[in-house]
Amino acid sequence: MEVLQLLISGISLGCVYGLIALGFVLIYKATEMVNFAQGDIMMLGAFIAYTYMNVLGIPFLWGVPATIATMAVFGVLIERIALRRMIGEPPFAVLMITIGLGFIFRAAAGAIWGNEPKSIASPLTGGVLRVGELTVGYENIAVIAGTAILCAALYAFFRFTRLGIAMQATSQNQLAAFYVGIPVKRIFSIVWALSAAIAAVAGILVAPVSLIDPTIGFIGIKAFAAAIVGGFGSLPGAIVGGLIVGIAEQFAGLYGPAGSADVSAYVLLLLMLFVRPEGIFATIQRKKV
Amino acid sequence: MRFIFKTGYRQDIDIFKHDGQRFWYGLLVIAALVAPLFLDTFYLGELALVGIYAIAGIGLMLLVGYTGLVSLGHAAFLAIGGYAHAILMTSGLPFPISLILASALCAFIGAIVGLPAMRMTGIYLAIATLAFAFIVEHTIAHLEPLTGGFRGMPVPRPTLLGFDMGATIPFYYICLLLLTTSVVGALNLLRGPTGRAMISIRDSEISAQSIGINLARTKSVAFAISAGFTGLAGGLFAHNLGYLSPDAFTILTSIQLLLMVVVGGLGSLHGVIFGAIFIVLLPQGLAILRDWLPPSVGQLPGLEPGLFGLILVLFLIYEPLGIYGRWRKIRDFFETFPLYRKATHKRQRSYLRTERVR
Repeated sequence: MEVLQLLISGISLGCVYGLIALGFVLIYKATEMVNFAQGDIMMLGAFIAYTYMNVLGIPFLWGVPATIATMAVFGVLIERIALRRMIGEPPFAVLMITIGLGFIFRAAAGAIWGNEPKSIASPLTGGVLRVGELTVGYENIAVIAGTAILCAALYAFFRFTRLGIAMQATSQNQLAAFYVGIPVKRIFSIVWALSAAIAAVAGILVAPVSLIDPTIGFIGIKAFAAAIVGGFGSLPGAIVGGLIVGIAEQFAGLYGPAGSADVSAYVLLLLMLFVRPEGIFATIQRKKV
Repeated sequence: MRFIFKTGYRQDIDIFKHDGQRFWYGLLVIAALVAPLFLDTFYLGELALVGIYAIAGIGLMLLVGYTGLVSLGHAAFLAIGGYAHAILMTSGLPFPISLILASALCAFIGAIVGLPAMRMTGIYLAIATLAFAFIVEHTIAHLEPLTGGFRGMPVPRPTLLGFDMGATIPFYYICLLLLTTSVVGALNLLRGPTGRAMISIRDSEISAQSIGINLARTKSVAFAISAGFTGLAGGLFAHNLGYLSPDAFTILTSIQLLLMVVVGGLGSLHGVIFGAIFIVLLPQGLAILRDWLPPSVGQLPGLEPGLFGLILVLFLIYEPLGIYGRWRKIRDFFETFPLYRKATHKRQRSYLRTERVR
């Protein structure tokens, strides 16, 4: 029973990692940029949800779309102000820019909302589902269900819509995509909006489960581990990787030595890089000369 | 404008390209040597810190600026160097031997961490080193018997042949000596086959491989050398801190090191020194800024990392070649006056293609 209980909390945690990883993968898939600030964007999303719901008193059901819309606009702003100029620059520079942006967001959040942990009450808070000896909080179920819905929607988007296919084309070859008439720059903006919106969803789902403060963005790094374990650039891989990392973390916390829960994600990541660097759902082929 | 007329092949790889350089660098060395006569101890301490950061920066520059591999976890090597040095010295080894051993240990660990680098491109390696840094940080915090855990551990004072070297002036000279050795070592490395192989990997892995460079070997050698330099700096850094604790070597430290090489100027050893000066001056500048800003802004706790981030972003957008790049532009402007053309330094953009199949 204990194992099952751990498994469920692991899955719920893993879904959060998976959601952030989805944001990474999305941006990577469409723009070939790696966005290190994804965790911090999620943090901002959670804080904006907090502002709308707890400070301004907007009801939860209206607060959610408002948060998502705000973050989508924010995503476009990031792209227009900072990353648009970096098209064509080496990937390293882009990576460093997003790291810098992450630091700025964290400092800004600390300045605006303070460093004390905050919490958001959702309609589901406090509810518990009991099945036999298992107890699962409604929020955890919400996290799992929300992730599943979002994944299905994204999969359909990339598979069937014109925009989704244009995004894939852009990521595979920017110049060729431009030649066949895809507005590459606009695609980039849309991708950033989408990814920030996903981060906002992750933030809203996380906020009721754990307290929010400006440093929760650091779980973005664990989400990174998840994305790589799953195979960077693969949407289902991001979720599967997130689940693996989340479950491993729960079990390491109970059965491993002190402190192993904190490092389990990174150990897993390094092992993966040694054993199968392309991840579970491989999307890259090694270059041969 | 100076034209160098080359009459022999060796001139291509001379450390000093012309007599002007010999003169100015000689003057710089003399100035550094006599600095203790003119500066008071606070500034000397800061200069020693510049030296320490510069040694670590040389390590990182060889990796990021010359081999094109990004490490987000160099604080880990700084930490390993520092702790190894402190532990070895506590167990009774003399200062120089312990420092060398600590640096060698770092180089060894660096070679192991560099293993995934052989197969992976930039992003993956950056993540791997980041993960490695977290693991090291947590290991140090939980390895209480050896490292003192979160309580930290004291660092013994450095002694050489019975003399105490921990005071400001002798320590300054130690840092200066090691910095000079590191700079000359790095220069020699870069004009030798290994360094040239590293640079060719940075410029194009495919062409490097096709002229017969062993990618895997060169990359892990680069990693080992880089970690070795950083470990050396770590040992000195431990003395500078006086008391080691895991929170001195967080991800923020790694980013600070990267900030140093980016702000200084990627791909130049001058840049390392500029970057180190910048990193050491920044907290001082911030202290002045704090007094000047209204207290509601100046006393914010996250101001320093936020400012780090802002500077990093601004440099990457407006001056990707850093302070050294700007300095070269200014120099070229005066050397070629009035014929300077802005387009000379225009960066070439490259459009990405992915290796992904799906």
